[in-house]
Amino acid sequence: MQREKSLIRSTGFGLAILLGMIVYAYGFNVTKVNFETTRSEKRLTQLSRIMRALAHPTLFVYEKEELEVTAPIYLPCPKSQVSAHKPNMSEAYLVLTPNCAGPGETIIVEGHNMWPNTKGPINFLALSGVNLTIGNLHTDENGYFKAKVNLPKRKPLDVSQMIRALARRNIGNPEFSDVAKSTWDKIIETVFLALLATTFGTLLAIPVSFFAARNLMSSQKSSLTNVAFSTIGWPLGILIGIQTALTLKSFVAQILVEDVLIRSSIGSVLGIGLTWTVVHWLFPKKGSHSNLNIYKPVQAITIILAILMSILTTYMIANLAFVLGQVLIEPLGPVGFIGNFISQLGDVLIMVLPVATALLGGGTLGIAGNKLGQYVSDHMSPHLIQITTICASALAGAVIGAILGNTVDWFYQLDNPQQTLYWPMSIGATLGVLASLRISHRHTIPIGYVTYYVTRTILNATRSIEPLVMVIVFVVWVGIGPFAGSLALALHTVAALAKLYSEQVESIAPGPLEAVRATGANRLQTIVYAVIPQIIPPYISFTMYRWDINVRMSTIIGFAGGGGIGFLLQQNINLLDYRAASVQMLAIAIVVATMDYISAVIRERFV
Amino acid sequence: MLEIHNLTKIYDGKVLAVDNVSFEVKEGEFLAVIGLSGSGKSTLLRCINRLIEPTSGQIIWNNTDITSASQNEMRNVRRKIGMVFQHFNLVSRSKVITNVLSGRLGYINPALSLINKFPQTDIEMALKQLERVGIADQAYKRADELSGGQQQRVGVARAMMQEPEIILADEPVASLDPVLAHSIMQYLEKLNKEDGVTILCSLHFLDLVHEYADRAIALNQGQLMFDGAPKEIDDARFRNIYGQEAKRVG
Repeated sequence: MQREKSLIRSTGFGLAILLGMIVYAYGFNVTKVNFETTRSEKRLTQLSRIMRALAHPTLFVYEKEELEVTAPIYLPCPKSQVSAHKPNMSEAYLVLTPNCAGPGETIIVEGHNMWPNTKGPINFLALSGVNLTIGNLHTDENGYFKAKVNLPKRKPLDVSQMIRALARRNIGNPEFSDVAKSTWDKIIETVFLALLATTFGTLLAIPVSFFAARNLMSSQKSSLTNVAFSTIGWPLGILIGIQTALTLKSFVAQILVEDVLIRSSIGSVLGIGLTWTVVHWLFPKKGSHSNLNIYKPVQAITIILAILMSILTTYMIANLAFVLGQVLIEPLGPVGFIGNFISQLGDVLIMVLPVATALLGGGTLGIAGNKLGQYVSDHMSPHLIQITTICASALAGAVIGAILGNTVDWFYQLDNPQQTLYWPMSIGATLGVLASLRISHRHTIPIGYVTYYVTRTILNATRSIEPLVMVIVFVVWVGIGPFAGSLALALHTVAALAKLYSEQVESIAPGPLEAVRATGANRLQTIVYAVIPQIIPPYISFTMYRWDINVRMSTIIGFAGGGGIGFLLQQNINLLDYRAASVQMLAIAIVVATMDYISAVIRERFV
Repeated sequence: MLEIHNLTKIYDGKVLAVDNVSFEVKEGEFLAVIGLSGSGKSTLLRCINRLIEPTSGQIIWNNTDITSASQNEMRNVRRKIGMVFQHFNLVSRSKVITNVLSGRLGYINPALSLINKFPQTDIEMALKQLERVGIADQAYKRADELSGGQQQRVGVARAMMQEPEIILADEPVASLDPVLAHSIMQYLEKLNKEDGVTILCSLHFLDLVHEYADRAIALNQGQLMFDGAPKEIDDARFRNIYGQEAKRVG
């Protein structure tokens, strides 16, 4: 019995080893492992050539002067006697022994009176103009050298050809080579590419990470009535938000037809003043008595007015920044890029504002929908709640159906409203009705979990695509260059950091959260007072880590057209200019090492 | 002021933590909740301010049923119920004063608290509360630099910032040595006697119950086993509460 067991065991072990052998054998086959190539002499010569080139980065160049000395040579020796070469002995001269020889034979070249301690090539200058390097010279302190060279195997000629010795020496101080200069430009670009990508990626990742944190989302539950009203509220709010922003944008554009600078300055100042007054009136500083307690409709109108005014003011300021920046570029001279920066900030503000108002509108109406739903469930008879819920969820289902249908239509251009609008809407409405019939209004839906899983899925999908691949899409959108690279890196940073951040949120101590909730704090206050203080150290640490990754990533994102030093590196590798490529590799190594050091210092200080 | 009717909490539909418990808390009372670990004391306290949602039953607070209160109503209820925890539950990286001020979160405008701004009157009140528990000089230290006893005093000060009508204390002295335990209990007693704050406090040690509590209720496996004056707990009742093999200590 015992024996049988051990037999089975050893057979299994043998089979496992056999299987392992087969797996690795197949692996060797697939990856074309061939160690013979590693020993081939030709390849080894090439390898050492490249390694030596890499060890000689073309960082510095010298201005050089050359001393050229020639002597005639006959290849092969002519039949008649040739006159001996009579050089001027007071200057540098060459002596060839012998001064004629057959192709492939060895002669001795001696040089006299040349520059001491210099190096250079010895060339064979053929009559046809071909220049062959046949050896190297290295003079002693007296300017003398002696070298054995092999004559090339060339067609025999009667007339004399030339042996030339070139001595080269550096004059003046070393200067940075053009390669070094362009590498410097590009490495700066690379560092800032990583900086921008990390900054904007982090800013976006922080709010997203809260939606991807299980412990914050799991307690979020809502009745179907609330969810349905909220689902209707969101897209409606987004539409209203975008429309408002665009209307205000064109309104501002009409005002700023001419004298943009003056008009936008006046507009900005007026806007800030008015908005401040209204906000101040709504939230007075001293005392806890806010004017929010006055008559409700007046209050609502004032708040809407304040929001509209702040959007308008922001447009004014954005336009002002855009124009002011453009104007400043010239007078600022060498720091003209600051003008461009201001201008670009204005432009970004103009671009982002509709998105922000859309989110604001969506959020407001979403919350309002939620409150409406709560009001319905709190104040109506069960019968009425049932009917309202059925209607609302049917509408909500239809809205979701319409959105999904439209998305499909955009990607696949079906152009068939029956398929992309009517059917999805009716299916959505039906599902909504079914859901409202199945789920009683006292039951709550774990809407937090739904949000959590949707956010997680989107993050994981985005994260799985490397920025090197993403940049291809951005290059098509904004053109080849560092801008495309920073967009791709920023997007990937959002996905990666939001995941890491959310896991930090999940691992915070629950006690303080409970304590702050017990004081009557609302959700936002709980996050500000109990969550954020706990996650600051890991957030800083992860951001530094990501900054490190982004610097490394930005060095190769140029391979795909994303700007930065990768572009130069790839170019030089393709041109087989390994000495230039070596400069770029050196720069990358220095930058990455420095970043690592800096991030370690910062982490130590904050964590 | 607080009536609990048939309160039941079942976790995940399986674990019965509080089983059909009913009792009443009178205004200005110091009521102790005793029982073994896992007998449902913490769950019971957390059901009262709905940090844990009860499965069934009613909690009547000043004549309104808070089991059916909306989120906004809960905010107004919770800010009148202070809470003190066994593990203090301070935000350890925040300053002591910030921890104390967070007791005001239920009162102040949420928009202002987002930028970490509290009214001057609240800041003065926080310093006064810290002075009262004897650690005013520690106000601007980080909370985790304080010793355990000091941290619990911060916890008490935080609860007092709520100007509470009742304080729920969940084993407030279980993580402290006996000397510190008595000093924290004395603070609670002071709040009870001087400020008239009702105290509902779960405790392990019977001697503390005898010394500080006006009345005691006992839980065993989620069921209410006893409701009366602490001195009425005789040996038979004691075994009822703590199990047949339990021995009296202290």
